[in-house]
Amino acid sequence: MSFRKIGLGLVAATLFAGTALPAFAQDSVYVPLFTYRTGPFAGSGIPIADGMHDYLQMLNERDGGIGGVKLVLEECETGYDTKKGVECYESVKGKNPVIVNPWSTGITLPLIPRASVDKIPILSMAYGLSASARGDIFPWVFNPPATYWDGMSMIIKYIGEKEGGLEKLKGKKIGFLHLDAAFGKEPIPLLQELAKQYGFEVALYPVAAQDMQNQSSQWLSVRRDRPDYMVMWGWGAMNGAAVKEAVRSGYPMDKFYSVWWPGEDDARAGGAGAKGFKMLNWHAVGTDYPALKDIQKHVVDKGLSKSPKDKVGELLYNRGIYNSLLIAEGIAQAQKLTGKKVVTGEDVRRGMENIKLDPARLKELGLEGFTDPMTLTCTDHNSHSAAFMQEWDGSKWVKISEPIKPMTEQVRAQLDAAAKDYADKNPGWPKRSERCDNQS
Amino acid sequence: MLYREAGQFKTNYVADSAIFPLRQDRIGIGLIIVAAYALAFLGNDFLLQAVLIPFLVFSLASIGLNILTGYTGLLSLGTGAFMGVGAYACYKLMTAFPEVNVIVWILMSGFFSAAIGALFGLPSLRIKGFYLAVATLAAQFFLQWCFIRIPWLVNYNVSGALEAPLRTLFGIPIIGATATPQTRYLVVLTIVILLTWLASNLVHGRIGRMWIAIRDMDLAAELMGIRPLQTKLLAFAVSSYYCGVAGALLVFLWYGGAEYDVFNINQSFFILFMVIIGGLGSLIGSFFGAALIFILPIVLGIVLPAMLSPFGISVGADVIEHLRFMIVGALIIFFLIVEPHGLARLWQIGKQKLLVWPFPY
Repeated sequence: MSFRKIGLGLVAATLFAGTALPAFAQDSVYVPLFTYRTGPFAGSGIPIADGMHDYLQMLNERDGGIGGVKLVLEECETGYDTKKGVECYESVKGKNPVIVNPWSTGITLPLIPRASVDKIPILSMAYGLSASARGDIFPWVFNPPATYWDGMSMIIKYIGEKEGGLEKLKGKKIGFLHLDAAFGKEPIPLLQELAKQYGFEVALYPVAAQDMQNQSSQWLSVRRDRPDYMVMWGWGAMNGAAVKEAVRSGYPMDKFYSVWWPGEDDARAGGAGAKGFKMLNWHAVGTDYPALKDIQKHVVDKGLSKSPKDKVGELLYNRGIYNSLLIAEGIAQAQKLTGKKVVTGEDVRRGMENIKLDPARLKELGLEGFTDPMTLTCTDHNSHSAAFMQEWDGSKWVKISEPIKPMTEQVRAQLDAAAKDYADKNPGWPKRSERCDNQS
Repeated sequence: MLYREAGQFKTNYVADSAIFPLRQDRIGIGLIIVAAYALAFLGNDFLLQAVLIPFLVFSLASIGLNILTGYTGLLSLGTGAFMGVGAYACYKLMTAFPEVNVIVWILMSGFFSAAIGALFGLPSLRIKGFYLAVATLAAQFFLQWCFIRIPWLVNYNVSGALEAPLRTLFGIPIIGATATPQTRYLVVLTIVILLTWLASNLVHGRIGRMWIAIRDMDLAAELMGIRPLQTKLLAFAVSSYYCGVAGALLVFLWYGGAEYDVFNINQSFFILFMVIIGGLGSLIGSFFGAALIFILPIVLGIVLPAMLSPFGISVGADVIEHLRFMIVGALIIFFLIVEPHGLARLWQIGKQKLLVWPFPY
């Protein structure tokens, strides 16, 4: 037998092996995790992926899964690239996933119309399409715990309180440094609305995606305009670069606020000068929670995690845990509602609508005080939860405020307009026919 | 043995200058088309939606760039943006005139892209080579800037993204979430076959010869009576037309909704690599290039874990991703060293060898 024949045989064998889909045991629930451990955003993607994986793996190790059913976890690498994300979705679709987390607004958007057809719920945690908070129009999409509009209104509210009341904002100038994409531009209408209402001035500093790491021109303008406050809506390398530039240009860091996406590494980029940098957040950092201790015990110490030990408990790692907490709750509620152990995507959609993370439940889960209570209903897929402000003290994040409630009235107006707009522009957008277990 | 030209006599010029002078080639191409249509009924959703539809879309875009870069010798880095023009034009047209069949708008959207392409092709009369590449790079950045900054292009959607509303053909949904991969594939396949046939006629006819003459030596071509400006602009327009249609297909029949970022500079490079690997100045090369650059990584993603698992090595998705990059990169270098003229040239050599096989003398 020649080498060529052996080679051909090998190729044929692997092709055959490759086409046969891995068979899953009947008594398990398949949870695909879309992650990006490669590519330009990997810096943020790796801790998130580790957190998501480790929490669910911990449930498998400690409790044997959820409700006695093992979770089959599989990562699919998207590289934060829409093309690969859609490919991932197609490749997991056939294996009956109970929920997908695209972890990129670009990947979420093409999946939204498919969710109701494929009967697979989408969890886009605090990103994606803000309008999808309306459960009556988007029954298959969940984006808790807050939208970007909520986030913007909380920051303005916090600044207003510091000034001694929102009306004191009159005559002030607020700079808005944002990624020049749908994500960064989304809060602008609300910001301008609030500016009109409270009489402050808005200066926009867009950063194009291709020069995220080179913001010298924007910060030159900031130096010229001297805004009283700076608010940032950035992602990936943009956050770290902004902190660095702010420090370099001597902007007072205690007046620099950000939405919830920077991590420790972004703040560290500014060195000692970054002290005072503030951002919104809705969950704790650190490992002082029984569930996190269990992760360390059952997953990290056993070598089942890819995360370095000292990164466990960092901001974006815990963000991944929060994401998995929602997945696990969705599955647990679905089991409770249907009485089945092995649930499907349709069941988990119902389960997600019944999530109720009150203090008692959080304590039960070993996450008491990890996050503020949150409830999802059939109509409200977001909960518009309060977030708190935290400050960088030079080495770690410190919580500096009580939970700040969003300005519901203004946010609601934006939300309803956007949701109506989406449904109008897509004639034939299905009316909600999914059942509701949680009338509110 | 089976593949030989002995006994096939040409009795007129038309037969002699046919694109497929060999009967076996004609049978072969017929079989490929039949097989391609058969796949719509035999393949599963993953194969159709995640492999074949994108492959066809990228092949069409490669044909577009090949007309410009391979046949006319004008290097362009604006492919992604020209695809974007097609997609945005198609979106505007199909939402403004929903009563007209969407296939018409997909084919029409290419003309908008062609007009923009011709406009950005104007500098090509004066500048060549890398300098032209820089000029088209300007098109890439300018158009991408427009996609972000002009909300009118997306009908003032808050998300700033293109969305695919439901559209039907003979009552069957072909665009929108309810369209099955099967119908989408059939639509894409038919459009790609028709446009490839058209391109093949263009490049083998008078216009194609003008392009090739300009590519090989523009001064000599001009002295022979070929007007460079019109010829180059025509190449830009036709090339952009193909890219535009490919862009519309990409957003509406593959993704079903997309952000501006899909049409970034990486997309332009992606297509350019397909053209170079596949073979400059070859239509079949465009298909080969798209297959190597797009399908190979997917196949590797499926095959690698299956190959490693028998040895007890289980690797994460990220390691597979890195392996994919390394293997595809190594293969690109390998092919460029072994055959600098691309996969199309390998195919041609293979066919020539086959003609004389098994008596190579």
